[in-house]
Amino acid sequence: MRNHVWRPLYLIIAVIALILLVRTLVVPEDFGSHESGYMYGWHRKGNEAEWQQVKVKYQTSAYCKDCHREMYDSIGKSPHGIIPCEDCHGPGAGHLDNPAKLPIDRSRQLCLRCHAQLPSPSSGRSAIRGIDPAGHNPEAECSLCHNPHNPTLEELP
Amino acid sequence: MVHGEVWTIKELFVYPNEYIYWTVQIVMYPFMTGLVAGAFVLSSLYHVFGVKQLKEISRFSLVFSFALLPVALLPLLLHLQQPLRGIEVMLTPHFTSAIAAFGIVFSVYGLIVASELWFVYRRYFVETALALREKAGRSLAENIRYRLYRLLTLGAYDLSEQAQELDDKAVKILAGAGIPVACFLHGYAGFIFGSVKANALWMTPLMPVIFICSAVVSGIALCILTYIVTMEIRKLIVAWRRKPLPVLPLSEELKSAEIQVVTMTTRYLVMFMVLAITLELLDLIFRGYTAVKSWDILRSVIYGRDFFNIFVLQYGLGNLVPFVLLLLPRLTIRRAILATTLVLLGVFMMRWNVVIGGQAFSSSFAGYMHYQLPIVPHDWETFREGLCGALMVGVAPFILFWLLCKIFPVFDCPESE
Amino acid sequence: MMKRREFLKHAITVVAGLSLPLAALRIVQPERLFAGQEDLRWIFLVDTHKCVGCGFCVRACKIENEIPYDANVTRTWVERYVVTTDGETFADTPIGARDGFTDRRIDLGEGKFKEIKDEEIEKAFFVPKLCNQCDNPPCVQVCPVGATYRVPDGVVLVDRDWCIGCGYCIMGCPYGVRFFHPVYRVAEKCNFCYHRITKGLKAACVDACPFGARLIGNARDPNDPVTKTVLAGRVGVLKDEYGTKPWVYYLGLSKEVR
Repeated sequence: MRNHVWRPLYLIIAVIALILLVRTLVVPEDFGSHESGYMYGWHRKGNEAEWQQVKVKYQTSAYCKDCHREMYDSIGKSPHGIIPCEDCHGPGAGHLDNPAKLPIDRSRQLCLRCHAQLPSPSSGRSAIRGIDPAGHNPEAECSLCHNPHNPTLEELP
Repeated sequence: MVHGEVWTIKELFVYPNEYIYWTVQIVMYPFMTGLVAGAFVLSSLYHVFGVKQLKEISRFSLVFSFALLPVALLPLLLHLQQPLRGIEVMLTPHFTSAIAAFGIVFSVYGLIVASELWFVYRRYFVETALALREKAGRSLAENIRYRLYRLLTLGAYDLSEQAQELDDKAVKILAGAGIPVACFLHGYAGFIFGSVKANALWMTPLMPVIFICSAVVSGIALCILTYIVTMEIRKLIVAWRRKPLPVLPLSEELKSAEIQVVTMTTRYLVMFMVLAITLELLDLIFRGYTAVKSWDILRSVIYGRDFFNIFVLQYGLGNLVPFVLLLLPRLTIRRAILATTLVLLGVFMMRWNVVIGGQAFSSSFAGYMHYQLPIVPHDWETFREGLCGALMVGVAPFILFWLLCKIFPVFDCPESE
Repeated sequence: MMKRREFLKHAITVVAGLSLPLAALRIVQPERLFAGQEDLRWIFLVDTHKCVGCGFCVRACKIENEIPYDANVTRTWVERYVVTTDGETFADTPIGARDGFTDRRIDLGEGKFKEIKDEEIEKAFFVPKLCNQCDNPPCVQVCPVGATYRVPDGVVLVDRDWCIGCGYCIMGCPYGVRFFHPVYRVAEKCNFCYHRITKGLKAACVDACPFGARLIGNARDPNDPVTKTVLAGRVGVLKDEYGTKPWVYYLGLSKEVR
């Protein structure tokens, strides 16, 4: 009885022990400070691999080249050759398994990304031929007149 | 919809991912911890420094501090996007973060308050438990009460003079140890904000000190207010009971005792208020004087968009008016109620102006964000981060206090000592 | 008098005690720690002269990294800056420039727009933004649970299974690159397309840019074109004053850029 003062302390120790027990059960084993130290590297190591396993969607134009050689070459000669295929055709992931579907974005909005005329001196935008979106055939899809793979104005019908 | 989009209005140039991410619950969090810390400091003034005049209110504020404690946790849980993972703060704490200390500081503080309460009320627990044990034919309620008190004694039934002396000593030590921990608990809430270098309004080393001072102010104010309210209720009860039992004290006697306690406590309130306001003004003046890159946008927020909130509600109504009310001679209960309510409003607005005001401008320094508090909730998110959630947090401590009063004899305790 | 044997015993204890902290110091040599991986440190270069504000990078990023397309948050975005002849600066980034810049007017928020006449424009340009993968990431420093961290190759990642969603990292980033993922409800940020760069691909935004305004490289490889430009060219970084040591370098940065 003489040491009743320490009773709350026993309770506290029990609580700490409980937390430590939960800790060993819940915290993954690969959790710790890894290469970057405690300040910047305190983490679950396994998460790095999880991020690496995220599915790649954009395959780059090199992926299109082998099957669509003709298209690849034709656009390559035009000013639009710098545009990666997937910017207009959408990400190519899964296209080999299901070759039928790759929705082509033919919207005006897509072309206007570069060709809406904006006064932007001191940027590459000023070097691109632009139109006034509201004044230049506002209802029409651009590809009605312009061939996206060979867009030079001189060859317009 | 993206988190934060519902209540954020953007103006001019704001980065696309910027929203008011820390909302009313993060206003409630320092407000509630402030009340906890303040109430505890008030109770310690009696236990440690032996300020006799505060004896009555100290017991009360200790229990109240304990009632507030779990409620300080509530706004944080309501704010987390993944509340179920909140425990990770204890499991894998990353101490380079100011928040990581929360779990530990909060628990230490909670344990100190709980232990102190145990020592203060141990005699009562033992006596009640023994009395109930003696009683033959306990009803179900009495049985539950008996089990509860038996548990609360932690098996220590020694009520000898020696043991009680030890109790008093332990209370003193715990109350003493509790002050720095209470200050730390709240000071570090200030550190959470003060250390964010990305936020121009928050980043100042004064923030923790300002937070502690305003915490004590709000804690004392709330204790006075609650004390008055409970005393009034007691008076009513006494007046009602006196008819058959004329031995009980007259409500006039209670009233004079009450005004004396209130007057004494307000002195401490005013003292801490002066300190808090001085520091806040120092911070403001210093920002204006040094006028670093962020000052342009800060000035437009402080003197423009948030002028009403800062200078009318916080400094005017929340500081100046109660200051005058409390310093005028012959303080009355009614005036004390008004003044302490205004002080609470002032401290709440101070938290608001720090938390919401700190997000009122973009880190681009070229745009503003306006926070619209969701009043009528239409989903869980607008409930918890809206008016209803804040009110829930605001009401919770009183419910808890009422429950605790059922266990601890806060008011009608047989005089120990 | 102390016996000789006892003296030896004490001496050994003292030496062992002293050598322990010395050994500990050797293990945590600071320069070794901050060096990270010796052969790889991802570095990013943005050429603002080349950027035309088409926003293909933003679109590709959102799709590649599964950020809900219509959610108003994004891992990368493009800003437009317009400086008028009387020295006033206007900037905007409508929905992060996911659909590019097609409107001449500046978006002032709250549905208001600012029309600027051509002749009043002194200069106008576009600035892409993304995570700077800082050497001293304040977002990582403030994470209370260790849910975000820097990999030795420099990229800062978020553990979606461990993040508690407190938002402190969002508050801690001076660049505003972090946000809550609308689906996973945890902190989200650009990670240079970690799943791509670790497979030998480039980041999606780099691959999507038709103009070569975005480049990614390895700072530890002296022959890497990006590294060469950063070393030899006149480059700038954003918000240097925060001491974050960013690794996204900019060509053609202007004082108006925020």
